[in-house]
Amino acid sequence: MATAWTSDQPIVSIKDVHKSFGELEVLKGISFDVMKSEVICIIGPSGSGKSTLIRCINALNDIQKGSITVEGIEVHDPALDKLALRKKVGMVFQQYNLFPHKTALENVMMAPVLVLKQPKDEVEQRARALIKKVRLEGKEASYPGELSGGQQQRVAIARSLAMNPDIMLFDEVTAALDPETVKEVLVTIKDLAAEGMTCMLVTHEMGFAREIADHIYFTDRGVIVEHGPPKTFFKQAKDPRTREFLSQIL
Amino acid sequence: MARARRIPGIDAATTTDLAVLKPFRPERAAGSADDLTLSRFLASLPWWAPAALAVLVVLWPVAGFAQGRFGFARETDALLRWIPYLLFSGFLLNILISILTMAIGTALGLVLGLAQISPRPVVRRTAWVITQTFRNSPWLVLLFIVMLAFPFEINIGSLTINIPDWIKAVFGLSLPIMANLAEVVRGAIQSVPSGQWEAADSLAFSRHQILWRIILPQCFKRMIPPWMNWYAILTMATPLCSLLGVEEIVTLSRQAMVAENSRPELLVPFYGFCLVVFFVYCYPIARWTLALERRFNVKL
Repeated sequence: MATAWTSDQPIVSIKDVHKSFGELEVLKGISFDVMKSEVICIIGPSGSGKSTLIRCINALNDIQKGSITVEGIEVHDPALDKLALRKKVGMVFQQYNLFPHKTALENVMMAPVLVLKQPKDEVEQRARALIKKVRLEGKEASYPGELSGGQQQRVAIARSLAMNPDIMLFDEVTAALDPETVKEVLVTIKDLAAEGMTCMLVTHEMGFAREIADHIYFTDRGVIVEHGPPKTFFKQAKDPRTREFLSQIL
Repeated sequence: MARARRIPGIDAATTTDLAVLKPFRPERAAGSADDLTLSRFLASLPWWAPAALAVLVVLWPVAGFAQGRFGFARETDALLRWIPYLLFSGFLLNILISILTMAIGTALGLVLGLAQISPRPVVRRTAWVITQTFRNSPWLVLLFIVMLAFPFEINIGSLTINIPDWIKAVFGLSLPIMANLAEVVRGAIQSVPSGQWEAADSLAFSRHQILWRIILPQCFKRMIPPWMNWYAILTMATPLCSLLGVEEIVTLSRQAMVAENSRPELLVPFYGFCLVVFFVYCYPIARWTLALERRFNVKL
Protein backbone atom coordinates (compact mmCIF):
# COMPACT_ATOMS: atom_id res chain seq x y z
CA MET A 1 0.00 0.00 0.00
CA ALA A 2 2.92 2.29 0.59
CA THR A 3 2.89 3.94 -2.77
CA ALA A 4 5.70 6.38 -3.31
CA TRP A 5 4.64 9.61 -1.74
CA THR A 6 5.56 12.95 -3.25
CA SER A 7 5.20 16.26 -1.51
CA ASP A 8 2.52 17.48 -3.90
CA GLN A 9 0.19 14.78 -2.57
CA PRO A 10 -1.60 15.16 0.77
CA ILE A 11 0.80 14.37 3.59
CA VAL A 12 -2.12 13.10 5.68
CA SER A 13 -5.15 11.72 3.94
CA ILE A 14 -8.20 10.69 5.95
CA LYS A 15 -10.98 8.85 4.13
CA ASP A 16 -14.33 7.84 5.62
CA VAL A 17 -12.89 6.98 9.04
CA HIS A 18 -15.16 5.15 11.48
CA LYS A 19 -14.11 4.50 15.06
CA SER A 20 -16.11 2.93 17.89
CA PHE A 21 -15.41 2.29 21.53
CA GLY A 22 -17.59 -0.79 22.00
CA GLU A 23 -21.14 0.25 21.16
CA LEU A 24 -20.31 3.94 21.08
CA GLU A 25 -19.41 5.22 17.63
CA VAL A 26 -17.25 8.33 18.07
CA LEU A 27 -16.15 8.90 14.47
CA LYS A 28 -18.82 8.42 11.83
CA GLY A 29 -17.14 8.81 8.48
CA ILE A 30 -14.58 11.59 8.54
CA SER A 31 -12.62 12.57 5.46
CA PHE A 32 -10.14 15.32 4.76
CA ASP A 33 -6.65 15.91 3.44
CA VAL A 34 -3.74 17.85 4.85
CA MET A 35 -1.03 19.17 2.56
CA LYS A 36 2.59 19.57 3.54
CA SER A 37 3.30 22.68 5.63
CA GLU A 38 -0.39 23.20 6.21
CA VAL A 39 -1.68 24.08 9.67
CA ILE A 40 -5.12 22.77 10.43
CA CYS A 41 -7.18 23.19 13.56
CA ILE A 42 -9.93 20.85 14.67
CA ILE A 43 -12.50 22.44 16.94
CA GLY A 44 -15.78 21.32 18.38
CA PRO A 45 -17.64 20.58 21.58
CA SER A 46 -16.27 18.10 24.12
CA GLY A 47 -16.88 14.51 23.17
CA SER A 48 -17.17 15.26 19.48
CA GLY A 49 -14.27 12.94 18.64
CA LYS A 50 -11.54 15.51 17.99
CA SER A 51 -8.91 13.92 20.23
CA THR A 52 -9.83 10.43 19.09
CA LEU A 53 -9.34 11.47 15.47
CA ILE A 54 -5.92 12.94 16.09
CA ARG A 55 -4.83 9.89 18.11
CA CYS A 56 -5.85 7.63 15.23
CA ILE A 57 -3.35 9.38 12.99
CA ASN A 58 -0.34 8.00 14.86
CA ALA A 59 -2.05 4.70 15.67
CA LEU A 60 -2.55 5.30 19.39
CA ASN A 61 -6.15 4.36 18.62
CA ASP A 62 -7.20 1.92 15.93
CA ILE A 63 -10.08 2.48 13.53
CA GLN A 64 -12.84 0.12 12.42
CA LYS A 65 -13.39 1.34 8.88
CA GLY A 66 -11.89 3.71 6.37
CA SER A 67 -8.32 4.69 5.69
CA ILE A 68 -5.71 7.05 7.06
CA THR A 69 -2.47 7.48 5.16
CA VAL A 70 0.55 9.39 6.36
CA GLU A 71 3.04 10.05 3.57
CA GLY A 72 1.51 7.16 1.72
CA ILE A 73 1.74 4.75 4.67
CA GLU A 74 -1.59 3.16 5.48
CA VAL A 75 -2.05 3.56 9.24
CA HIS A 76 -5.04 1.20 9.38
CA ASP A 77 -3.03 -1.80 8.29
CA PRO A 78 -2.48 -4.77 10.62
CA ALA A 79 1.05 -5.14 9.27
CA LEU A 80 1.82 -1.47 9.92
CA ASP A 81 5.35 -0.68 11.06
CA LYS A 82 4.27 1.49 13.97
CA LEU A 83 7.77 2.65 14.71
CA ALA A 84 8.30 3.89 11.15
CA LEU A 85 5.02 5.81 11.35
CA ARG A 86 5.82 7.33 14.72
CA LYS A 87 9.18 8.55 13.57
CA LYS A 88 7.30 10.72 11.07
CA VAL A 89 4.58 11.90 13.42
CA GLY A 90 5.31 13.82 16.62
CA MET A 91 2.63 14.20 19.24
CA VAL A 92 2.15 16.55 22.18
CA PHE A 93 -0.43 15.78 24.86
CA GLN A 94 -2.67 17.79 27.13
CA GLN A 95 -0.94 16.40 30.22
CA TYR A 96 2.63 16.93 28.87
CA ASN A 97 3.60 13.37 29.92
CA LEU A 98 7.26 14.19 30.39
CA PHE A 99 9.32 11.41 31.93
CA PRO A 100 9.58 12.56 35.56
CA HIS A 101 12.81 10.69 36.32
CA LYS A 102 14.75 12.48 33.57
CA THR A 103 15.89 16.09 33.26
CA ALA A 104 14.53 18.35 30.54
CA LEU A 105 17.62 17.71 28.42
CA GLU A 106 17.44 13.94 28.93
CA ASN A 107 13.74 13.98 28.04
CA VAL A 108 14.59 15.57 24.72
CA MET A 109 17.58 13.31 24.07
CA MET A 110 16.11 9.94 25.02
CA ALA A 111 14.21 9.00 21.89
CA PRO A 112 16.87 10.00 19.30
CA VAL A 113 19.55 8.14 21.27
CA LEU A 114 17.58 5.01 22.11
CA VAL A 115 15.23 4.74 19.14
CA LEU A 116 17.17 6.30 16.27
CA LYS A 117 20.54 5.19 17.73
CA GLN A 118 22.09 8.52 16.91
CA PRO A 119 25.42 9.41 18.55
CA LYS A 120 24.95 10.96 21.96
CA ASP A 121 27.06 14.11 21.60
CA GLU A 122 25.40 14.98 18.32
CA VAL A 123 21.96 14.50 19.83
CA GLU A 124 22.91 16.58 22.85
CA GLN A 125 23.93 19.47 20.64
CA ARG A 126 20.63 19.32 18.81
CA ALA A 127 18.67 18.90 22.05
CA ARG A 128 20.28 22.02 23.53
CA ALA A 129 19.42 23.94 20.38
CA LEU A 130 15.80 22.73 20.61
CA ILE A 131 15.54 23.75 24.26
CA LYS A 132 16.83 27.15 23.26
CA LYS A 133 14.28 27.28 20.49
CA VAL A 134 11.39 26.72 22.91
CA ARG A 135 12.92 29.49 25.04
CA LEU A 136 13.96 27.33 27.98
CA GLU A 137 17.69 27.99 28.00
CA GLY A 138 19.06 27.36 31.46
CA LYS A 139 16.41 24.76 32.32
CA GLU A 140 18.29 21.84 30.75
CA ALA A 141 19.13 20.24 34.09
CA SER A 142 15.70 20.78 35.68
CA TYR A 143 13.41 17.86 36.32
CA PRO A 144 9.82 18.10 35.07
CA GLY A 145 8.62 18.44 38.66
CA GLU A 146 10.62 21.66 38.96
CA LEU A 147 9.09 23.26 35.87
CA SER A 148 5.78 25.08 35.44
CA GLY A 149 3.06 23.61 33.25
CA GLY A 150 3.91 25.88 30.35
CA GLN A 151 7.59 25.07 30.62
CA GLN A 152 6.87 21.34 30.77
CA GLN A 153 4.69 21.60 27.70
CA ARG A 154 7.46 23.37 25.80
CA VAL A 155 9.92 20.65 26.80
CA ALA A 156 7.37 18.15 25.50
CA ILE A 157 7.29 20.00 22.17
CA ALA A 158 11.10 19.99 22.01
CA ARG A 159 11.07 16.28 22.84
CA SER A 160 8.81 15.56 19.88
CA LEU A 161 10.83 17.78 17.57
CA ALA A 162 14.02 15.95 18.47
CA MET A 163 12.77 13.02 16.39
CA ASN A 164 12.64 15.29 13.33
CA PRO A 165 9.01 14.53 12.56
CA ASP A 166 7.29 15.66 9.36
CA ILE A 167 3.99 16.22 11.09
CA MET A 168 3.18 17.47 14.58
CA LEU A 169 -0.05 16.59 16.35
CA PHE A 170 -1.17 18.79 19.23
CA ASP A 171 -3.95 17.38 21.39
CA GLU A 172 -5.44 20.23 23.44
CA VAL A 173 -1.96 21.17 24.53
CA THR A 174 -3.03 24.33 26.36
CA ALA A 175 -6.14 22.94 28.04
CA ALA A 176 -4.35 22.12 31.31
CA LEU A 177 -2.44 25.40 31.52
CA ASP A 178 -3.30 28.60 33.32
CA PRO A 179 -4.03 31.59 31.08
CA GLU A 180 -0.66 33.32 31.52
CA THR A 181 1.34 30.29 30.41
CA VAL A 182 -0.94 29.44 27.50
CA LYS A 183 0.64 32.22 25.52
CA GLU A 184 4.22 30.99 25.79
CA VAL A 185 3.19 27.59 24.42
CA LEU A 186 1.17 29.13 21.61
CA VAL A 187 4.11 31.31 20.60
CA THR A 188 6.24 28.17 20.32
CA ILE A 189 3.67 26.48 18.08
CA LYS A 190 3.40 29.61 15.97
CA ASP A 191 7.17 29.62 15.42
CA LEU A 192 6.95 26.02 14.27
CA ALA A 193 4.14 26.73 11.85
CA ALA A 194 6.05 29.70 10.47
CA GLU A 195 8.97 27.36 9.72
CA GLY A 196 6.73 25.23 7.56
CA MET A 197 6.01 22.32 9.93
CA THR A 198 2.80 20.49 9.11
CA CYS A 199 0.65 20.90 12.21
CA MET A 200 -2.66 19.42 13.26
CA LEU A 201 -4.13 20.96 16.37
CA VAL A 202 -7.10 20.10 18.50
CA THR A 203 -7.78 23.27 20.39
CA HIS A 204 -10.25 25.39 22.28
CA GLU A 205 -8.26 28.57 21.66
CA MET A 206 -10.43 30.15 18.97
CA GLY A 207 -8.37 33.31 18.69
CA PHE A 208 -5.26 31.25 18.16
CA ALA A 209 -6.95 28.98 15.63
CA ARG A 210 -8.10 32.00 13.66
CA GLU A 211 -4.61 33.44 13.66
CA ILE A 212 -2.57 30.35 12.88
CA ALA A 213 -4.75 27.92 10.91
CA ASP A 214 -4.85 27.54 7.17
CA HIS A 215 -7.98 25.50 7.50
CA ILE A 216 -10.43 24.89 10.32
CA TYR A 217 -12.58 21.81 10.78
CA PHE A 218 -15.56 21.85 13.09
CA THR A 219 -16.62 18.42 14.33
CA ASP A 220 -19.71 17.47 16.25
CA ARG A 221 -20.96 14.00 17.19
CA GLY A 222 -18.36 12.27 15.05
CA VAL A 223 -18.78 14.11 11.78
CA ILE A 224 -17.26 17.21 10.23
CA VAL A 225 -20.08 19.70 10.26
CA GLU A 226 -18.31 22.55 8.58
CA HIS A 227 -14.87 23.56 7.45
CA GLY A 228 -13.06 26.34 5.70
CA PRO A 229 -10.26 28.87 5.98
CA PRO A 230 -10.51 30.90 9.20
CA LYS A 231 -11.79 34.09 7.55
CA THR A 232 -14.88 32.54 6.04
CA PHE A 233 -15.27 29.97 8.82
CA PHE A 234 -15.61 32.46 11.64
CA LYS A 235 -17.56 35.10 9.72
CA GLN A 236 -19.91 33.08 7.58
CA ALA A 237 -20.62 29.85 9.40
CA LYS A 238 -23.69 28.35 7.74
CA ASP A 239 -24.56 25.37 9.88
CA PRO A 240 -26.67 26.20 12.94
CA ARG A 241 -24.56 23.86 15.13
CA THR A 242 -21.37 25.72 14.21
CA ARG A 243 -23.00 29.05 14.82
CA GLU A 244 -24.26 27.95 18.20
CA PHE A 245 -20.84 26.63 19.20
CA LEU A 246 -19.05 29.76 18.07
CA SER A 247 -21.52 32.03 19.84
CA GLN A 248 -20.85 30.19 23.10
CA ILE A 249 -17.08 30.32 22.74
CA LEU A 250 -16.37 33.72 21.24
CA MET B 1 -36.16 32.69 65.12
CA ALA B 2 -34.21 29.81 66.55
CA ARG B 3 -34.31 26.61 64.61
CA ALA B 4 -36.48 24.02 66.17
CA ARG B 5 -34.68 21.20 64.46
CA ARG B 6 -30.92 20.73 64.14
CA ILE B 7 -29.71 20.29 60.57
CA PRO B 8 -26.98 17.67 60.09
CA GLY B 9 -23.98 19.14 58.40
CA ILE B 10 -24.93 22.72 59.39
CA ASP B 11 -25.37 22.79 63.14
CA ALA B 12 -25.12 19.12 63.96
CA ALA B 13 -22.83 16.26 63.13
CA THR B 14 -23.58 14.65 59.81
CA THR B 15 -24.97 11.19 59.91
CA THR B 16 -25.71 8.99 57.02
CA ASP B 17 -26.21 5.35 56.35
CA LEU B 18 -25.29 5.81 52.72
CA ALA B 19 -21.91 4.84 51.38
CA VAL B 20 -19.53 7.75 51.77
CA LEU B 21 -16.13 8.44 50.30
CA LYS B 22 -13.37 8.04 52.81
CA PRO B 23 -11.01 11.00 53.05
CA PHE B 24 -8.20 10.96 50.51
CA ARG B 25 -5.00 9.49 51.94
CA PRO B 26 -2.03 10.27 49.77
CA GLU B 27 0.22 7.69 51.35
CA ARG B 28 -2.17 4.98 50.18
CA ALA B 29 -2.86 6.48 46.80
CA ALA B 30 0.77 6.91 45.87
CA GLY B 31 0.87 3.44 44.44
CA SER B 32 2.30 1.36 47.21
CA ALA B 33 0.89 -1.93 46.16
CA ASP B 34 0.97 -3.14 49.71
CA ASP B 35 -0.47 -2.02 52.99
CA LEU B 36 2.80 -2.15 54.91
CA THR B 37 0.70 -3.36 57.83
CA LEU B 38 3.51 -5.13 59.60
CA SER B 39 5.96 -2.28 59.17
CA ARG B 40 3.40 0.19 60.42
CA PHE B 41 2.70 -1.89 63.51
CA LEU B 42 6.36 -2.51 64.27
CA ALA B 43 7.40 1.07 63.70
CA SER B 44 4.59 2.32 65.90
CA LEU B 45 6.12 0.57 68.90
CA PRO B 46 8.44 2.79 70.96
CA TRP B 47 12.17 2.27 70.72
CA TRP B 48 12.42 0.95 74.26
CA ALA B 49 9.99 -1.89 73.55
CA PRO B 50 12.77 -4.45 72.94
CA ALA B 51 14.52 -3.32 76.11
CA ALA B 52 11.30 -3.79 78.06
CA LEU B 53 10.91 -7.22 76.52
CA ALA B 54 14.49 -8.10 77.43
CA VAL B 55 13.97 -7.00 81.00
CA LEU B 56 10.85 -9.13 81.15
CA VAL B 57 12.73 -12.13 79.85
CA VAL B 58 15.52 -11.69 82.38
CA LEU B 59 13.18 -10.95 85.26
CA TRP B 60 10.80 -13.80 84.59
CA PRO B 61 12.85 -16.25 86.63
CA VAL B 62 12.45 -13.85 89.55
CA ALA B 63 8.85 -15.01 89.66
CA GLY B 64 10.14 -18.52 90.09
CA PHE B 65 12.48 -17.24 92.80
CA ALA B 66 9.56 -15.60 94.59
CA GLN B 67 7.84 -18.95 94.68
CA GLY B 68 10.89 -20.18 96.49
CA ARG B 69 11.69 -23.16 94.33
CA PHE B 70 14.68 -22.00 92.32
CA GLY B 71 17.23 -19.30 92.43
CA PHE B 72 16.57 -16.94 89.54
CA ALA B 73 20.23 -17.01 88.68
CA ARG B 74 19.91 -20.56 87.41
CA GLU B 75 17.51 -19.72 84.57
CA THR B 76 19.37 -16.56 83.64
CA ASP B 77 22.64 -18.42 83.70
CA ALA B 78 21.23 -21.15 81.50
CA LEU B 79 20.01 -18.61 78.98
CA LEU B 80 23.28 -16.66 79.02
CA ARG B 81 25.22 -19.85 78.46
CA TRP B 82 23.17 -20.69 75.39
CA ILE B 83 22.91 -17.21 73.86
CA PRO B 84 26.07 -17.37 71.67
CA TYR B 85 24.98 -20.74 70.32
CA LEU B 86 21.41 -19.59 69.68
CA LEU B 87 22.57 -16.46 67.93
CA PHE B 88 25.45 -17.71 65.84
CA SER B 89 24.23 -21.16 64.97
CA GLY B 90 20.52 -20.40 65.04
CA PHE B 91 19.60 -16.86 64.21
CA LEU B 92 22.31 -16.51 61.56
CA LEU B 93 20.62 -19.35 59.72
CA ASN B 94 17.30 -17.52 59.97
CA ILE B 95 18.93 -14.50 58.37
CA LEU B 96 20.59 -16.59 55.71
CA ILE B 97 17.29 -18.27 54.88
CA SER B 98 15.50 -14.94 54.72
CA ILE B 99 18.12 -13.32 52.46
CA LEU B 100 18.31 -16.25 50.05
CA THR B 101 14.53 -16.56 49.97
CA MET B 102 14.22 -12.87 49.28
CA ALA B 103 16.75 -13.04 46.45
CA ILE B 104 15.01 -15.95 44.75
CA GLY B 105 11.56 -14.55 45.49
CA THR B 106 12.49 -11.15 44.06
CA ALA B 107 13.90 -12.56 40.86
CA LEU B 108 10.91 -14.84 40.30
CA GLY B 109 8.46 -12.18 41.48
CA LEU B 110 9.79 -9.67 38.96
CA VAL B 111 9.35 -12.15 36.13
CA LEU B 112 5.88 -13.12 37.32
CA GLY B 113 4.85 -9.50 37.83
CA LEU B 114 5.98 -8.55 34.33
CA ALA B 115 4.24 -11.61 32.92
CA GLN B 116 1.02 -10.33 34.46
CA ILE B 117 1.09 -7.25 32.24
CA SER B 118 2.19 -9.14 29.14
CA PRO B 119 0.38 -8.22 25.93
CA ARG B 120 -0.20 -11.93 25.36
CA PRO B 121 -3.36 -13.11 27.12
CA VAL B 122 -2.08 -16.67 27.65
CA VAL B 123 1.00 -15.45 29.51
CA ARG B 124 -1.02 -12.89 31.45
CA ARG B 125 -3.65 -15.37 32.63
CA THR B 126 -1.17 -18.09 33.50
CA ALA B 127 0.87 -15.62 35.55
CA TRP B 128 -2.29 -14.43 37.28
CA VAL B 129 -3.29 -17.98 38.25
CA ILE B 130 0.19 -18.77 39.58
CA THR B 131 0.28 -15.53 41.56
CA GLN B 132 -3.13 -16.00 43.11
CA THR B 133 -2.44 -19.65 43.95
CA PHE B 134 0.73 -18.95 45.88
CA ARG B 135 -0.51 -15.73 47.44
CA ASN B 136 -3.50 -17.47 48.91
CA SER B 137 -1.92 -20.70 50.15
CA PRO B 138 -0.86 -21.18 53.76
CA TRP B 139 2.90 -20.83 53.93
CA LEU B 140 3.30 -23.86 56.15
CA VAL B 141 1.46 -26.08 53.66
CA LEU B 142 3.71 -24.87 50.86
CA LEU B 143 6.72 -25.57 53.06
CA PHE B 144 5.55 -29.11 53.81
CA ILE B 145 4.90 -29.82 50.14
CA VAL B 146 8.32 -28.62 49.05
CA MET B 147 10.08 -30.33 51.95
CA LEU B 148 8.44 -33.67 51.30
CA ALA B 149 8.25 -33.56 47.52
CA PHE B 150 11.83 -32.45 46.99
CA PRO B 151 14.50 -35.15 46.95
CA PHE B 152 17.10 -34.89 49.69
CA GLU B 153 19.80 -35.60 47.17
CA ILE B 154 20.22 -35.26 43.46
CA ASN B 155 22.25 -37.74 41.43
CA ILE B 156 23.83 -36.46 38.26
CA GLY B 157 25.79 -39.40 36.94
CA SER B 158 28.29 -40.25 39.61
CA LEU B 159 27.87 -36.89 41.30
CA THR B 160 25.58 -36.76 44.29
CA ILE B 161 24.45 -33.42 45.55
CA ASN B 162 22.92 -33.33 48.99
CA ILE B 163 20.18 -30.81 49.44
CA PRO B 164 20.06 -29.76 53.08
CA ASP B 165 16.70 -29.12 54.70
CA TRP B 166 17.24 -25.43 55.01
CA ILE B 167 17.79 -25.04 51.25
CA LYS B 168 14.47 -26.77 50.70
CA ALA B 169 12.95 -24.36 53.19
CA VAL B 170 14.32 -21.51 51.10
CA PHE B 171 12.57 -22.90 48.02
CA GLY B 172 9.34 -23.39 49.94
CA LEU B 173 9.29 -19.87 51.37
CA SER B 174 10.28 -18.38 48.01
CA LEU B 175 6.94 -19.35 46.50
CA PRO B 176 4.64 -17.12 48.56
CA ILE B 177 7.26 -14.35 48.54
CA MET B 178 7.46 -14.61 44.76
CA ALA B 179 3.69 -14.31 44.41
CA ASN B 180 3.40 -11.37 46.78
CA LEU B 181 6.29 -9.51 45.21
CA ALA B 182 4.76 -10.15 41.78
CA GLU B 183 1.76 -8.20 43.02
CA VAL B 184 4.04 -5.44 44.27
CA VAL B 185 5.68 -5.22 40.84
CA ARG B 186 2.39 -5.31 38.96
CA GLY B 187 0.82 -2.72 41.24
CA ALA B 188 3.79 -0.38 40.96
CA ILE B 189 3.85 -0.62 37.15
CA GLN B 190 0.14 0.00 36.90
CA SER B 191 0.41 3.01 39.20
CA VAL B 192 2.39 4.83 36.50
CA PRO B 193 -0.08 6.99 34.56
CA SER B 194 -1.03 5.63 31.13
CA GLY B 195 0.06 8.94 29.61
CA GLN B 196 3.65 7.81 30.12
CA TRP B 197 3.04 4.77 27.91
CA GLU B 198 1.32 6.89 25.27
CA ALA B 199 4.02 9.55 25.22
CA ALA B 200 6.72 6.90 24.91
CA ASP B 201 4.67 5.07 22.28
CA SER B 202 4.36 8.21 20.19
CA LEU B 203 8.14 8.68 20.39
CA ALA B 204 8.55 5.29 18.72
CA PHE B 205 10.01 3.49 21.77
CA SER B 206 9.58 -0.27 21.68
CA ARG B 207 7.58 -1.95 24.42
CA HIS B 208 10.74 -3.35 25.92
CA GLN B 209 12.37 0.09 25.99
CA ILE B 210 9.26 1.70 27.48
CA LEU B 211 9.17 -0.84 30.28
CA TRP B 212 12.86 -0.81 31.20
CA ARG B 213 13.81 2.77 30.41
CA ILE B 214 10.70 4.68 31.33
CA ILE B 215 8.20 2.78 33.45
CA LEU B 216 10.33 0.62 35.76
CA PRO B 217 12.81 3.37 36.73
CA GLN B 218 9.83 5.44 37.83
CA CYS B 219 8.24 2.78 39.98
CA PHE B 220 11.42 1.18 41.31
CA LYS B 221 11.37 3.50 44.32
CA ARG B 222 7.72 2.79 44.96
CA MET B 223 8.50 -0.91 45.20
CA ILE B 224 11.16 -0.58 47.89
CA PRO B 225 8.93 0.02 50.96
CA PRO B 226 6.54 -2.89 50.25
CA TRP B 227 9.54 -5.02 49.34
CA MET B 228 11.11 -4.32 52.73
CA ASN B 229 7.80 -4.93 54.44
CA TRP B 230 7.72 -8.37 52.86
CA TYR B 231 11.27 -8.98 53.97
CA ALA B 232 10.27 -8.31 57.58
CA ILE B 233 7.24 -10.58 57.25
CA LEU B 234 9.42 -13.28 55.76
CA THR B 235 12.04 -13.01 58.51
CA MET B 236 9.35 -13.44 61.12
CA ALA B 237 8.05 -16.45 59.21
CA THR B 238 11.40 -18.28 59.13
CA PRO B 239 10.71 -20.10 62.46
CA LEU B 240 8.08 -22.04 60.52
CA CYS B 241 11.03 -24.09 59.32
CA SER B 242 11.56 -25.38 62.85
CA LEU B 243 8.46 -27.51 62.41
CA LEU B 244 10.38 -29.29 59.68
CA GLY B 245 13.53 -29.75 61.70
CA VAL B 246 15.66 -27.00 60.19
CA GLU B 247 18.12 -26.05 62.88
CA GLU B 248 17.28 -22.40 63.17
CA ILE B 249 16.88 -20.39 66.37
CA VAL B 250 13.60 -21.86 67.59
CA THR B 251 14.69 -25.45 66.94
CA LEU B 252 17.94 -24.80 68.77
CA SER B 253 16.12 -23.15 71.67
CA ARG B 254 14.01 -26.25 72.07
CA GLN B 255 17.11 -28.42 71.97
CA ALA B 256 18.85 -26.19 74.49
CA MET B 257 15.93 -26.49 76.86
CA VAL B 258 16.01 -30.26 76.52
CA ALA B 259 19.70 -30.13 77.35
CA GLU B 260 18.77 -28.13 80.47
CA ASN B 261 16.49 -30.95 81.63
CA SER B 262 13.36 -29.42 80.04
CA ARG B 263 12.54 -27.35 83.07
CA PRO B 264 9.27 -25.47 82.42
CA GLU B 265 10.70 -22.28 83.96
CA LEU B 266 13.00 -22.05 80.95
CA LEU B 267 10.17 -21.72 78.41
CA VAL B 268 9.55 -18.02 78.89
CA PRO B 269 13.20 -16.90 79.02
CA PHE B 270 14.18 -18.91 75.95
CA TYR B 271 11.22 -18.17 73.73
CA GLY B 272 11.19 -14.62 75.05
CA PHE B 273 14.79 -14.33 73.95
CA CYS B 274 13.80 -15.43 70.42
CA LEU B 275 11.14 -12.77 70.42
CA VAL B 276 13.63 -10.10 71.44
CA VAL B 277 16.10 -11.19 68.77
CA PHE B 278 13.50 -11.02 65.99
CA PHE B 279 12.24 -7.71 67.30
CA VAL B 280 15.69 -6.16 67.43
CA TYR B 281 16.33 -7.29 63.86
CA CYS B 282 13.00 -6.30 62.33
CA TYR B 283 12.24 -3.10 64.20
CA PRO B 284 14.90 -0.95 62.46
CA ILE B 285 13.79 -2.41 59.12
CA ALA B 286 10.23 -1.33 59.83
CA ARG B 287 11.29 2.18 60.86
CA TRP B 288 13.45 2.46 57.78
CA THR B 289 10.65 1.21 55.55
CA LEU B 290 8.28 3.90 56.75
CA ALA B 291 10.94 6.58 56.52
CA LEU B 292 11.66 5.61 52.92
CA GLU B 293 7.99 5.49 52.13
CA ARG B 294 7.48 9.02 53.44
CA ARG B 295 10.50 10.30 51.53
CA PHE B 296 9.53 8.72 48.21
CA ASN B 297 5.98 9.95 48.54
CA VAL B 298 7.11 13.52 48.92
CA LYS B 299 9.42 13.28 45.97
CA LEU B 300 7.19 11.67 43.40
